Amino acid sequence: MSKKLRLSSLIVGDAQADRVVPPTGFTARLTLFAAGAMAFLTVFALALSLASGRLAARWGAELAQSSTLRISAPAEQVGAQTAAALAVLESTPGVASARALSAEEQRGLLAPWFGPDLPIDSLPIPQLVEIVETEEGYDVAGLRLRLQAEVPGAVLDDHTRWRRPLERAAARLRLLGLVSIGLIGAAIAAMITLAANAALAANSQVISVLRLIGAQDHYIASAFVRRFTLRALSGAFVGTAIGALAIFLMPSAQEDGGFLTGLGFEGAGWFSLLLIPIVAAVVAYFATGSAARRTLSELT
Amino acid sequence: MIELDNIAYSYGGGELLSDVSLKLAPGSFHFLTGPSGSGKTTFLKLCYGALTPTSGQVQLFGKDVRNMTRDDHAMTRRQIGVVHQDCQFLDHLPVRENVALPLTVSGRETLEQHSNLKELLSWVGLGHRANALPPELSGGERQRAALARAVIMSPDVVLADEPTGNVDWEMSQRLLQLLVELNKMGKTILIATHDLNLIRSAKHHVQARVLRISGRKLQLAGADL
Ligand SMILES: Nc1ncnc2c1ncn2[C@@H]1O[C@H](COP(=O)(O)OP(=O)(O)O)[C@@H](O)[C@H]1O
Ligand SMILES: [Mg+2]
Repeated sequence: MSKKLRLSSLIVGDAQADRVVPPTGFTARLTLFAAGAMAFLTVFALALSLASGRLAARWGAELAQSSTLRISAPAEQVGAQTAAALAVLESTPGVASARALSAEEQRGLLAPWFGPDLPIDSLPIPQLVEIVETEEGYDVAGLRLRLQAEVPGAVLDDHTRWRRPLERAAARLRLLGLVSIGLIGAAIAAMITLAANAALAANSQVISVLRLIGAQDHYIASAFVRRFTLRALSGAFVGTAIGALAIFLMPSAQEDGGFLTGLGFEGAGWFSLLLIPIVAAVVAYFATGSAARRTLSELT
Repeated sequence: MIELDNIAYSYGGGELLSDVSLKLAPGSFHFLTGPSGSGKTTFLKLCYGALTPTSGQVQLFGKDVRNMTRDDHAMTRRQIGVVHQDCQFLDHLPVRENVALPLTVSGRETLEQHSNLKELLSWVGLGHRANALPPELSGGERQRAALARAVIMSPDVVLADEPTGNVDWEMSQRLLQLLVELNKMGKTILIATHDLNLIRSAKHHVQARVLRISGRKLQLAGADL
C-alpha cells in the first residue's frame, strides 16, 4: 500500500479500522484538552514573536536614517555655526547627507506642542540639522570631538544610542517566542506519545486478537494514529480559536502604541494561526506512529 | 503447505518437543492427541508460525519461518485458519463483525462477502446470534464463532486447538461435523484434542490419521484407540 493511499484513508477515515479499537473516553478528553491548551499557548508565543519581529524591523529601519544635530548659539552666530557644522558633517565618513531644517519645518515640528502661531523667528530656538547615515554609520565619538572644536554650540543627538539595544532586545524576544513554540511542540509530542502508549497498553488484548487473525502492523497502528491525529487536530483547533479570540479582543492602542498593545496579528499573521492545528496534527501523526511501531515490534 | 523437518522446541527449560517431522498433505484430516501439558498447543503454534523452533526447520507455504517478516506472518495467518484454545474476540463488536474481522483487516470486505458471512453464520448455527456481543455467548457458541472466523478467508488449512474443550457432547459432535464438512470441501484439517471419544466418533465420518505426542516425540498412532 502506498503512503499516499494510507494518508488519504487517514483523512477520509476508515470507520471500520477505527471501530476495531474500543473508544476510550478519558484519554480522548485528556488529549483534546492538552492539545487545546498547548495551541492556546502557541497563539501567544506566536503573537509575541510576530510583534517583536515587527518592532525590531521598524526600529531597525529608523536606525538607518536619523540622528540630529542641535545648534544653540546667539542669533547672529547661528548661520555661521550651521555652515561650519554642515562642512564638518560633509567631510565625515559614514554620513550620507546632512541638511539644515528650514524655519517652516522647525515650526511644523514644534506645532504639536506650542500651536501653529508660534513666532519662531523671535524665539531663541536651536537650529536642527538632520543627519542621514550610510549603512556603516559614522564614528560618534570622533564626530563629537570635531564638532566640539569647530562648532561650540552643537549637540549631537545620536538615536542609535538607545535604539540599537532596544532593537537587539526585540530580536531576542522574538527568538524566545520561537523557542517557546518549539518547546510547546516538543511537549505536545511527548504528551501524545505518553497518551498513545497508555492507549496501546490498555488495548493489548485487542492488538493480540488483531495480530492472530492476520492484521498487519500498519493496519493496527493506523487505528491509533488516526484517532490521536484527529484529537490533536480538533483540540488544537479549539485552543487556537480561543487564543485568537483573546488576542482579537485585546484593547487596541494608537498606531505607535507601546510594545504590549502591539501584541497581535496583522494581515497574513492571522493566517499563520491556521498552521497551529495542522502542525499539532502532524506532530500527533508521527508521535503516535512511532509509539505504535515501537509497541507492535515488541509483540510476537 | 505446512512442513516440519526434524524440529525441536523448548520454552527455556528442558526440551518440550524433539525430533518432530510432519508434512501435512493437502486435503488430509489429522487429530493430534496427548495428555494435557504434552505440548499440543505448542505444536500448533509451530505449525502456524507463532513460535519458531529452537532447532530444525518449519516451512509454511514454501517459506522458512525464520526468514519471514512480521507482515509475512500476518499474511500466513490469512491462509491458515486457527481456532484457538481460548478463543478471544473484540468484546465491543458484535459476533457478525468479529467473524468478518479477517476480511476487514485484509481490506477484502465486499458486498459479496457479506452474503457469504450470513451463510457462514447460519452454517455454524449462529444466524440468530449475529448481533450479540461475544461476552454474551455460551462456550459452544464461542467455539462456533471462532470456527466461522477461522474459515471466513477460505484458508487451505484449518488448525483447531481443543475446539470441544468446554462444550457438551452434543455440541462437540456438531463442531466435529462442521470440521468434517470443511474437510469434504477440500480443506486440510488438524485438530488438537485430548478427548479420545471425539476421535473415535470421527472415524465413522472421515478417514483421519491420529498423531500422538508422547515422550516429547510425535508418533503416528495406530487404530488401537
Ligand atoms: N509461554 C510459555 N512459556 C513457558 N512454558 C510454557 C509456555 N506455554 C506453555 N508452556 C509449558 O509447555 C508445556 C506444554 O504446554 P502446551 O503446549 O500448552 O500443552 P497442551 O496444549 O498439550 O496442554 C506445559 O508444561 C506448559 O506449562
Ligand atoms: Mg493446549
